[in-house]
Amino acid sequence: MLAVSNLCAVRDDRVLFEHLDFNLASGQIMQVVGANGTGKTTLLNGLMALAPFESGEIYWQGQNTQHNPSMFKQNVSFIGHLLGLKPLLTAVENLYFLSQLQQKSASVADIEAALKKVGLYGYEYVPIAHLSAGQKRRVALARLFIEQSPLWVLDEPFTAIDHAGVQALETWLIDHAQQGGMVLLTTHHVFNPDFPLQRLDLTSYRPQEYR
Amino acid sequence: MWSSVLAVISRDLKLAFRQSGEWLNPLSFFVMVISLFPLAISATPAKLSAMAGGVVWIAALLSVLLSMDSLFRQDYDDGSLEQLLVSPAPLPLVVLAKVFAHWCQTGACLTLLSPIAALLLHLPADVAWALALTLLLGTPTLSLVSAIGAALTVSLKRGGVLIPLLTLPLHIPVLIFATAAVQAALNGLPIEGYLALLAAFLVLAVTLTPLAVAAALRLAVGG
Amino acid sequence: MSFIKRWWQLFEQTVSPKYFYRISERFIPWLTLLATLLISIATVWGLAFAPADYLQGNSYRIIFIHVPAASLAMSAYFLLAICGVISLVWKVKTAEMVARAVAPIGALFCFLALVTGGIWGKPTWGTYWVWDARLTSMLVLLFLYMGVIALYNAYESSATGAKAAAILAVVGIVNLPIIKYSVVWWNTLHQGATFTLTQKPKMPTEMWLPLLLMLLGFYCLFGLLTILRTRNVILERERRSQWVRELVKAEAAKRGANRGL
Repeated sequence: MLAVSNLCAVRDDRVLFEHLDFNLASGQIMQVVGANGTGKTTLLNGLMALAPFESGEIYWQGQNTQHNPSMFKQNVSFIGHLLGLKPLLTAVENLYFLSQLQQKSASVADIEAALKKVGLYGYEYVPIAHLSAGQKRRVALARLFIEQSPLWVLDEPFTAIDHAGVQALETWLIDHAQQGGMVLLTTHHVFNPDFPLQRLDLTSYRPQEYR
Repeated sequence: MWSSVLAVISRDLKLAFRQSGEWLNPLSFFVMVISLFPLAISATPAKLSAMAGGVVWIAALLSVLLSMDSLFRQDYDDGSLEQLLVSPAPLPLVVLAKVFAHWCQTGACLTLLSPIAALLLHLPADVAWALALTLLLGTPTLSLVSAIGAALTVSLKRGGVLIPLLTLPLHIPVLIFATAAVQAALNGLPIEGYLALLAAFLVLAVTLTPLAVAAALRLAVGG
Repeated sequence: MSFIKRWWQLFEQTVSPKYFYRISERFIPWLTLLATLLISIATVWGLAFAPADYLQGNSYRIIFIHVPAASLAMSAYFLLAICGVISLVWKVKTAEMVARAVAPIGALFCFLALVTGGIWGKPTWGTYWVWDARLTSMLVLLFLYMGVIALYNAYESSATGAKAAAILAVVGIVNLPIIKYSVVWWNTLHQGATFTLTQKPKMPTEMWLPLLLMLLGFYCLFGLLTILRTRNVILERERRSQWVRELVKAEAAKRGANRGL
């Protein structure tokens, strides 16, 4: 369970949002919405401790993540705006390295299975530089099935994915939620009205004026 | 934790093999700069060997600074740096791993090339040996301190040119004592004291610079 | 625990940029007065009334500028580094701004110290520059300043640039004793000048008293310049906040009224 209380983010001397509270329980998918520049990426980066928040606390399973960051990080898979893949390495090499980094040593068989699941069977040993943008994003998403973390934090995961891929990704999100996981994502993708989604609108947390 | 560190080292070395231009260029630069001194100043063996310590060390320093921009820039551009910061592995250790892998491509190779430099500058064999030892002990410190500059400028578009400006004053102690060691060897004096001091600088750098680099990287990625 | 939190919040308010801006206003006239007074007295005393040195004659008088400038250059860097530590560890924004303001002032004094050192050198040992320990260390200090200033200017975002420069300043201050020691040691190897600036015989009262006054005057001047620059930095970085906008509006209205608009 992810709980966030009284978060305030300042970027470049401008307050992006303040007094932000929300909870994300297992089985929930939350979409962060807001116009460009409202702080969606800042929020995700702040949760992952990439950028400090001006004030506020983040709790994972009741424990403050600032006091015990590695405990939190071991339970999260974060795929940022940039994919984090090295172009000169193959898909398998990239995913193997990333799983080592997460301290979850995956076997080659697991990695190949994950790549097959995201539809990249046959592309496992090709350097990433030779794949299309959509294929690269699928490699990045394959991490989710290797690491099997309860919390997925995804920044614009639908970028560059074709129609079939979009359907697949939506299915994966729902499956993950149904198995007790939770997802926090930012995206401009328009979901179906019956998609089980919660919305967090950051513009409502923007300060009217400075005091 | 150590598996993450080893993973970082092996990944960086693997990448280096696949883009050999990245690390060969500074090495060629090193040899070329050394060759410029006889052309520009004097080719007499006596004069060359007298200034050899300084020449080789300045060339080594410039080569290391030249190569430093590549330490974090590619990782920053493709998002790997973000992943390194997000991982549960402690960032200072990851930084040490990256700098070590980078040093293997630069400082270690420079040390191996130093006999050629000694040949070009008419250094006797025992002095060449002393030169190699100073490079072995000094270039890791150069890499570690320059890494601070690399981390502070990685989010800037043309940050690479700033790295020498930011870190050159910090390299002065290593430069002074390494060249003094070569000078002492040339005069037949013992160099253990200088080597011990260079080793002390190295220990200090290994302990403290990863903290500064980690802080600078968090700033670069997080804003 | 909440008691400590409340006190910390109170402290944070006290060191906020807005508070610094209000309070510093009162210091400006006093510092201007003190600086002008002390520097003028010390200048006249030092140039006209202090006795000539038996070795160097009248050319030694440059130390009345050189020594305070050198002392300030060092102190300014310390201030820069301490503000850097405060801004990084306790995230006090005002400290960031003071550091940003101090850097060019310190660099200027450092440059002044080098130039006056050279001017002193010419009549004393015939050359404008010599690689002795003091001058070389001061040159390295100037490079450290230039690095910090370059880093500030390279960043588009003042907030990120200030933090990056703070890290560099802290790294610089940790290295400074090591660099100083290395340069002093190196100087013993390459002993060039037979007369060094550090060699200062006991100064009679008539000489060190104006020097002391000049030193105090320079520090007041430094304080004044720092406050003026910090106020500008505060206005620039806080320009989107309520109190700055009101201040600008009030100032514009006043100017408009003065012009009879």
